[in-house]
Amino acid sequence: MTQGSVITEDMKKAIGVESEPTIVVVEREPIRRAAAAMGDNNPLYHDEEYAKSKGYRSVIAPPGFQPTYSFTLKTAPMRADAGPRMPTGFARFMNGGDEYEFFQPIQAGDVLSITRRLGDLYERDGRMGKMFFTVNETVFRNQKNEIVLIQRSTTIAY
Amino acid sequence: MAEQRFWEDIAVESPVPPLMKNATPRQLVMWAGAYGDYYEIHYNEKTALANMLPGLIIHGTLKAAWLGQMLGDWVGEKGRIKKYSASYRSMDVPGDNITLTGKVTKKYVDGKDHVVEAEIWVQNGKGEKTTPGTATVVFPSKG
Repeated sequence: MTQGSVITEDMKKAIGVESEPTIVVVEREPIRRAAAAMGDNNPLYHDEEYAKSKGYRSVIAPPGFQPTYSFTLKTAPMRADAGPRMPTGFARFMNGGDEYEFFQPIQAGDVLSITRRLGDLYERDGRMGKMFFTVNETVFRNQKNEIVLIQRSTTIAY
Repeated sequence: MAEQRFWEDIAVESPVPPLMKNATPRQLVMWAGAYGDYYEIHYNEKTALANMLPGLIIHGTLKAAWLGQMLGDWVGEKGRIKKYSASYRSMDVPGDNITLTGKVTKKYVDGKDHVVEAEIWVQNGKGEKTTPGTATVVFPSKG
């Protein structure tokens, strides 16, 4: 059954184009607050002396907490020859999920360089008709230009 | 701190030790502030109802962070999480008894890493899996 894809060749050209970096200094207090919000009493997240005794420079961020705070991250520029990234005809959007790939713990004092890129576009036929999936990848690099974390967030339009 | 588990102790099909949560609206406000996600459906009931929701709902990212907490407690300080995911299939609400748990699907050695893979999920008070995912973690080895 061919029903025609909503993903155009032009839209595919946007995949992998990396944004300019957004620079974020990781601070101790927001990490403590995030762990408090989670109800996680692990001292690695609030006790600097303890974290140092485990070989870290300061407290570390819990997995699943990306210390971007409310910064608006820069998004990849549209190529001049690219068409619209989002097909028309979808009424609703939802946050589909997140995947985190960890390379090193994020530590207070890190200066993160955060870039975003379109990771993937795909579609599926669901109960409520065609569903369109957009995967955005956020790449976190530290002050040594080492990748510490990749977050892949899926948005579903339907 | 819980005792350190080792790769040799982990059996395929065995459960990931569960973590229980019951979120308060205050906790959702704290997470909104810490994470920087100020979408009102998580702390303003009027907005939530206007969006056809049953009331306030828990941030997907907070549920994902709880899965991270569960995995971190499981692998201990000598283990590490390589990767995990969470699909926000159904909503969860404050006041509900939530269980985070999982089941080991695979274990193997990859170079120096003693790896365990698991299905993980968030379960609501009715026992429904609202937020499934997968995890790849590394345990220390006794060998």
